[in-house]
Amino acid sequence: MVATKNISFIYRYFSLTLLLSASNLLYAVVLPEERADAMYHRYDGGGMVIDGPSILVRKNIAEKYSIAANYYIDSVSSASIDVLTSGASEYTEERIESSLDFTYLEDKSLINIGYTTSQENDYEASSFRIDFSQDFFGDMSTLSMGFSQGNDDITQTDNENFSEKLERRHYRIGLAQILTRHLIANINYESIIDEGYLQNPYRFILVNTGTAYNVEAERYPNTRNSDAVSLKLSYHLPWSAAIKSRLGYFTDSWGIKSQSIELDYSQQLNKRWLVDLRIRQYQQGEADFYANAFDIDSALQTFVGRDKELSEYSSFSVGLGASYEWTFNHRIEKARVNFQVDYMLFDYDNFHEVTSETTASFGIGNEPLYSFNAYALRLFFSIWY
Amino acid sequence: MKKIITLLFILQLLALSACSVKPWVKPYHRAKLANEVMQYDRDPISDGYIHHVRQARESARGAEGAGGGGCGCN
Repeated sequence: MVATKNISFIYRYFSLTLLLSASNLLYAVVLPEERADAMYHRYDGGGMVIDGPSILVRKNIAEKYSIAANYYIDSVSSASIDVLTSGASEYTEERIESSLDFTYLEDKSLINIGYTTSQENDYEASSFRIDFSQDFFGDMSTLSMGFSQGNDDITQTDNENFSEKLERRHYRIGLAQILTRHLIANINYESIIDEGYLQNPYRFILVNTGTAYNVEAERYPNTRNSDAVSLKLSYHLPWSAAIKSRLGYFTDSWGIKSQSIELDYSQQLNKRWLVDLRIRQYQQGEADFYANAFDIDSALQTFVGRDKELSEYSSFSVGLGASYEWTFNHRIEKARVNFQVDYMLFDYDNFHEVTSETTASFGIGNEPLYSFNAYALRLFFSIWY
Repeated sequence: MKKIITLLFILQLLALSACSVKPWVKPYHRAKLANEVMQYDRDPISDGYIHHVRQARESARGAEGAGGGGCGCN
């Protein structure tokens, strides 16, 4: 049964893939490194397990062109709090994403175009992107600009009559600036405009009648405009290490505001070992139309939602990583085996753990606040050629 | 009107002063900036993934951005 499938998880997931694959390619006006990566990824937390492989291969041609291809699979097994609240059974599904990018270097300019598709049984998405970056000011500054257009087709399991569309446009601009011999700064802005079906056909709101919860379909606005800005600083320490920070601020037309701060430390221990340590704090406010449970009157308002990603909450994460490298004098220059893991804690301020058991134990409207922890690991092998 | 002229004058001075500023970190002084420990997204396949995981759980999205700075530090 797929009655509470977390479709919002999937489309957010996908939209970022588009963004990152573009931005990673546009990492200053040099062609990206020729390398191939094979990764196993696994997320486990909050009743969800998502794992699968990812393959990323890049080939440069004539020192002017670069082609990259990525193939990625998510195998999802979910008995999340949303599934438990609805009383549905655990479900499984698979999402397959593939992307292709082409990059062209001309003097101090880099142009990238890319295309990505994502497919699952009830959600298909595709996106086109174009990015441009230019070095100037003695190559101390890099200006980058980009645009993406995404189109999603949304259907619903067990409902052949349901068919919706979503269109998404990204506009982004960034400036990377060398400040000293040891310090580089990077500021980015991105505006995203969504138009179409933005809610989750599998999710419901709870209406507290005083004696029981009634369920009704969520009603979201058909547009969402968001603005995000980030500032990153990377500082090289006197030994073979660097400390990096990222500050992020986000706001959107649904009334959500969020802030994040991240600190990373990377240390080259010797020619073979490289280790990373990072911490991150994130917090956000709720959407204007969010409520854990509506009363009978407020449930009549135009827009209503109970997606916990629209609620007020904070999260904290700690991450560790290590890489071991071999170097060669052959066609393959070097190889690495890498392990990265992040442990995350989520604490919700106005999303409650509503199940038949908690309601029976604590009484309607008095269920405990929801929290969970999760880990996300990546084990991958990389070669440079 | 006087305020506008004053503002334009100040902007003109700023523009002129900006033109007179020269790049102060020479290419041969950028070795440390090019070190891979300085890179925020050193491994695209892995860093992209963890960004995805975060955004799936958060309403915030966008402005993850690129690196750069002309140091060839990629």
